[in-house]
Amino acid sequence: MPESMLLAAALGALGGALAVGLVLFLRRLVLASKELGTDAEQATYQTLHLASRAAKHLRGGIDGPDAQRAGKHLRALLGADSLAIADRAGTIAIDGDDAVRQLAERLVGEVLAGGRAQVQRRIPVGAWETDAVAAPIVGRTGPVGAIVAFASPVRAGLVRATGEVADWVAAQVELGELDASRAALAEAEVRALRAQISPHFIYNSLNAIASFINTDPQKARELVLEFADFTRYSFRRHGDFTTVAEELRSIDSYLRLERARFGERLKVTLQIAPEVLSTVVPFLSIQPLVENAVRHGLESKEGGGRITIEAADSGAYAELSVEDDGVGIDPEVLAGVLAGAPAGGEHVGLRNVDARLRQVYGEEYGLVVETNLGAGTLVRMRVPKAGPRRDGRITP
Amino acid sequence: MNPAIGYIAIVAVALVSAVIGFYGLRVSRTTSDFYVASRTVRPWWNASAIGGEYLSAASFLGIAGLILLTGASALWFPIGYTAGYLMLLLFVAAPLRRSGAYTIPDFTEARLESLTARRVTSLLVIVVGWFYIVPQLQGAALTVRITTGLPSWAGSLAVAVIVAVVVAAGGMRAITFVQAFQFWLKLTALAVPVVALLLVVGAGDATAELPPVAAFPPAAGPGDLDVYRTVSLMVALLFGTLGLPHVLVRFYTNPDGAAARRTTVIVLVLLSVFYLFPTVFGFLGRAFAPDLAAPGDADALILLLPDRLVPGPLGDLLTALVIAGAFAAFLSTSSGLVVSLAGVISQDLLGGSVRGFRIAAIVSTVVPLVVALATESAGLAGSVGLVFAFTASTLCPMLILGIWWRGLTARGAISGMLTGAVLSAAAILGGGALGAAAPGLRPFLEQPAAWTAPIAMLVTVVASRFDRRGAPPGTEAYLTRLHVPERN
Repeated sequence: MPESMLLAAALGALGGALAVGLVLFLRRLVLASKELGTDAEQATYQTLHLASRAAKHLRGGIDGPDAQRAGKHLRALLGADSLAIADRAGTIAIDGDDAVRQLAERLVGEVLAGGRAQVQRRIPVGAWETDAVAAPIVGRTGPVGAIVAFASPVRAGLVRATGEVADWVAAQVELGELDASRAALAEAEVRALRAQISPHFIYNSLNAIASFINTDPQKARELVLEFADFTRYSFRRHGDFTTVAEELRSIDSYLRLERARFGERLKVTLQIAPEVLSTVVPFLSIQPLVENAVRHGLESKEGGGRITIEAADSGAYAELSVEDDGVGIDPEVLAGVLAGAPAGGEHVGLRNVDARLRQVYGEEYGLVVETNLGAGTLVRMRVPKAGPRRDGRITP
Repeated sequence: MNPAIGYIAIVAVALVSAVIGFYGLRVSRTTSDFYVASRTVRPWWNASAIGGEYLSAASFLGIAGLILLTGASALWFPIGYTAGYLMLLLFVAAPLRRSGAYTIPDFTEARLESLTARRVTSLLVIVVGWFYIVPQLQGAALTVRITTGLPSWAGSLAVAVIVAVVVAAGGMRAITFVQAFQFWLKLTALAVPVVALLLVVGAGDATAELPPVAAFPPAAGPGDLDVYRTVSLMVALLFGTLGLPHVLVRFYTNPDGAAARRTTVIVLVLLSVFYLFPTVFGFLGRAFAPDLAAPGDADALILLLPDRLVPGPLGDLLTALVIAGAFAAFLSTSSGLVVSLAGVISQDLLGGSVRGFRIAAIVSTVVPLVVALATESAGLAGSVGLVFAFTASTLCPMLILGIWWRGLTARGAISGMLTGAVLSAAAILGGGALGAAAPGLRPFLEQPAAWTAPIAMLVTVVASRFDRRGAPPGTEAYLTRLHVPERN
């Protein structure tokens, strides 16, 4: 590139940055000079503003890493000289003059033991004296911490306000706990949704194996081993995630067992892009789709049919699809099943996988099903290659 | 030169790549056998694919051109381009594969648990990608101008359109096969002409225009190197390779960390072999075509030399081969970059939909196209070297510290990346003007990596140390996952 061009580009960038800075500065000036309403309105705004900024830091719990940052806003809210926030263990974060630490420790101890707010006046701190008001932060199970406001002198207004702020902090901490338990619940839901091996399948497989024991013992033995492999994978306890390659292995075992019943009527075509083999997917998320295709698509179709399993590479995503040319599903019934309507065990595999995908990756990553009566079924899913954010435990 | 040769070679390469991209998977991977379907990509294949994606216009045309222009000092480029994989092998390959992250922003977010850090990384990845595509398009412009006589913009536009259409239409489904094919095409397209030219020269059929003493003056030899420039270039090339977005995503195809390491070793071997040939081309050029040694035109040396030394149909054939190889280089590197960039853009800005990916693919080609059309090539190897310097000062400190230092925090990483970006971009963009004002600073501005990369590293460490929030809570678990070998 010629130097003049580079110079022009650099000057352009610099000019752009300056212009943006100027605009931001002017906007600030305009906003600051704007009429903000009466004094009462301003005070309300100021209070709510400080409260909402403090709330952000309190959600992690009173002993969280950010609680100290809330102290700054709460002190401004109360108009105190210094403010101390203590958790149950007595760890104290002070905003303001650090000289009051010892005093704060003593007050916090008394308040946590007594469970009641108290005001003390004229306490000497070094060369000067201060008043202090301490209030417990009461959670569901009793005091979880305390706040101590220092001012000289402490008036009745500050005493009442400190009590209110302590209650408000308790509410914020409880909201934070609620967030945490919501996340834990979501995780438990994923665990509970972990696909279950279907009892029909066990029954059918054992019957099919039994039918070979006399006629073809060698084949019966192979099928039993296949059954063992499949159940070992399905029953494993550790890890919520697996790779596409592992999932394919389990599908292979599954289809060998089904072929014992279907014979040549069950045909399979695979088209797997090698780039996606190591993609991490939820445990048992593809096998149920194949099982659905066999049980609800091909079992009731005369002459069997073909299942096509595809895994394609699509940038940062892997696209997986299972297609069968079986009897298809009534779209209305299917919509009901996916929405959670009781369907008497029909297509629960689809619903289960759909719910888990949404739970793990987000609402937009559910299954996409294209089907109609007599037109076969195509089930597609799209998962980010980077794997789930929550917990990427992969157990090979 | 007969323009028909150029047209045929270009169209053939574009068609073959597109056909493999669209149908390669269908032909090679449609089976009813689960064992066949779940076979992973062998390290050899994957290494070829990485080579195919990595060897760009700078390697194919630029190195020979630079040797023609500056002599022995240009040899540092192939050394650096190859040795970068040594750094990758030592520091990044296996841990990054075990992380499960697909792109660098994915890694940042998982390691630092910060959306802001992810955004900054994405932005840098996009900038790096764009400026890496620009030299590819400029190389295409040069090739088309020299070989067919069409105006320069036609070449850039053709490559940009082909890449955007193929990527947006989902034509990189079999990306490993396409890129591996491109690598072997590029290698053949240089190796065969070099052997043919050496045979011709060895038989005495061609006479050198310059006697060896004039073509290879001792003054331009290795003894005459500027120490600072050389060190800075090596820092840029060695560490810049670590942050290249299109190279890192290829490692995801390896099933585990050990396979990632094996792949890297094979890449080192493949690149070492490949770079022999542009080097020979460059030295042949110094002796037989010294008149081409003008900035801007020197990069066309590889395209013109076969015709000069071997007139007649054999020369035409060799020319067609090198044109095909050059186009393979432009197409493979640009499409690899566009796929990765479109992935990052669509994931971070457009919600990750298929349509978003298409839009992102087009955006990722249009921006570099505009830049390529608005600027003149100042030597392909040099431009790509500057992109490496930028990467080495931005993404590389974050990656290395993220993998090897548990103290790295989100704020530290962000401040380091921004510092590196501002310093190296200022040096690269403003270098010309500043260098003219203060000639003493010139080397530092033209090869900034030796000071920008350490400063970025230092800022990252210091800012992390002073970050009150400390490293994210999941750091220990994540680093364990990165460094503990897989059980198998």
